[in-house]
Amino acid sequence: MASEVLQAPLVLEYPFTRSTGPVIGAFLTGLREGVICGIRRADGTVLCPPLEYDPLTAEPLTELVEVGQSGEVLTWAWNGEPRPMQPFDRPFAWALIRLDGADTSMLHAVFADSPSDMSTGMRVRAVWRSEREGHIADIAGFDPDPDPAGLS
Amino acid sequence: MIDVAVVSFAQRQEASIPGESEVEFMVPLMEQAKAAVDLTQADMGFTCSGSSDFLAGQAFSFVMTIDGTGPVPPISESHVEQDGAWALYEAWVKIQCGGIDTAFVYGYGKSSPGSLRDVLATQMDPYYVCPLWPDSYAVEALAARLMLEGGHVSERRLAEIAARSRVSAASNPHAVRSEPKTVDEILAEDHVLDPLRPSDLPAEADGGCAIVLAAGDRARELCERPAWIRGMDHRGDAHTLGVRDLTSSMSARLAAQHAGVADDKVDLAELYGPFTTSEHLLIDALGLDEDATAINPSGGALAAHTMMASGLIRIGEAASRIWSGDGDRAVAHATSGPCLQQNLVCVLEGD
Repeated sequence: MASEVLQAPLVLEYPFTRSTGPVIGAFLTGLREGVICGIRRADGTVLCPPLEYDPLTAEPLTELVEVGQSGEVLTWAWNGEPRPMQPFDRPFAWALIRLDGADTSMLHAVFADSPSDMSTGMRVRAVWRSEREGHIADIAGFDPDPDPAGLS
Repeated sequence: MIDVAVVSFAQRQEASIPGESEVEFMVPLMEQAKAAVDLTQADMGFTCSGSSDFLAGQAFSFVMTIDGTGPVPPISESHVEQDGAWALYEAWVKIQCGGIDTAFVYGYGKSSPGSLRDVLATQMDPYYVCPLWPDSYAVEALAARLMLEGGHVSERRLAEIAARSRVSAASNPHAVRSEPKTVDEILAEDHVLDPLRPSDLPAEADGGCAIVLAAGDRARELCERPAWIRGMDHRGDAHTLGVRDLTSSMSARLAAQHAGVADDKVDLAELYGPFTTSEHLLIDALGLDEDATAINPSGGALAAHTMMASGLIRIGEAASRIWSGDGDRAVAHATSGPCLQQNLVCVLEGD
């Protein structure tokens, strides 16, 4: 019996596109516009950065809300020398920052001159990059807020 | 429930193993664990491994290590991209399903070719956190300050944990950090990432371990005093740091409850706390009494931290102390993820 070699075309491809979705996508788009978004949970508290699902109840979340660009440092760690991959060009503090209007915190950098200028509970304000692309590093970092009462 | 015991354990941990690939150093280790109970790969009802393609820098890297087990004739196997302790959990469940009475489990990692503290940033949220590349020391330092300033722990307590690990490590030939240091010497160390000091950090190592599990009478044939698994459970906290309480470990507490840690005395506990802060939280979450329980007699991950194997090694260290009669009831713990995100607790007992 003659042997028949079976043949079929093989096309190497990634047959899918990847999207950041309705919640993360909205947050990143907001950053491009200089706006920071959170998302409201069923109990009225606000998660920032926003998550698609409630971390405790797993309920889908949809109500995006704008939060403040200033907030409070909940904890910090001094990073005297940025490591090669980190998008910061000077010593800084890592911090968990709870923005005004949010109930949870986001991880980002605070630019202080030294660890003695850092303290838990201090107020900080977002510093924006001039060219933004919808990326977490569109926020260049946070500066200690010289006007914590917002009087000016 | 089918009674399952740890009956054999072999490990290797060194600060770095530069001349050998993971497969090359795992083959003799796997052979050693099997030979100790006079078994070959063909005797194993199931084989399960834990390792990381990320560390190996290659997709499906674990397949080459499976080849190293000698899988001829073909074997029944599985792999977890997790610490080997989770592979052991899968093997335990597989034995509970019936039909087999042995299983072979191993875990390994070689992190020395890269910078593990930086690589671990890739396990964080890919949109919100990873692009900033917070290294694992930085992330733990954030939790450490919350614990210190919230009065959950003191710097002296952390230094005491570090000093205790060094003392215990002196009698562990696999430890890579065992030089004794006093609490005051540790407190005098310069910060690496304020508030963490060098002695608060894991002692990074390359290596792995291999374990044989056996059920019921088979375990009694293979081992004079099998280390019976009396309870095992694993739980996870949320991925996002900002929604968690970093001053406690809810998932470790839950896993300990479900594994039955508090049902009886605990002679010793092997805890996978990569940092002194994590060990402190774990002692609390597991409800351990340090006057009654020897904590990390091996020195723990502060003495040798082999990514993807340190949790399985905790189970092996605890089991070997049941075999020797050094303890009758032991707790072993494994963790994964930033700030103790995921936790596995295993209770082992001798007859």
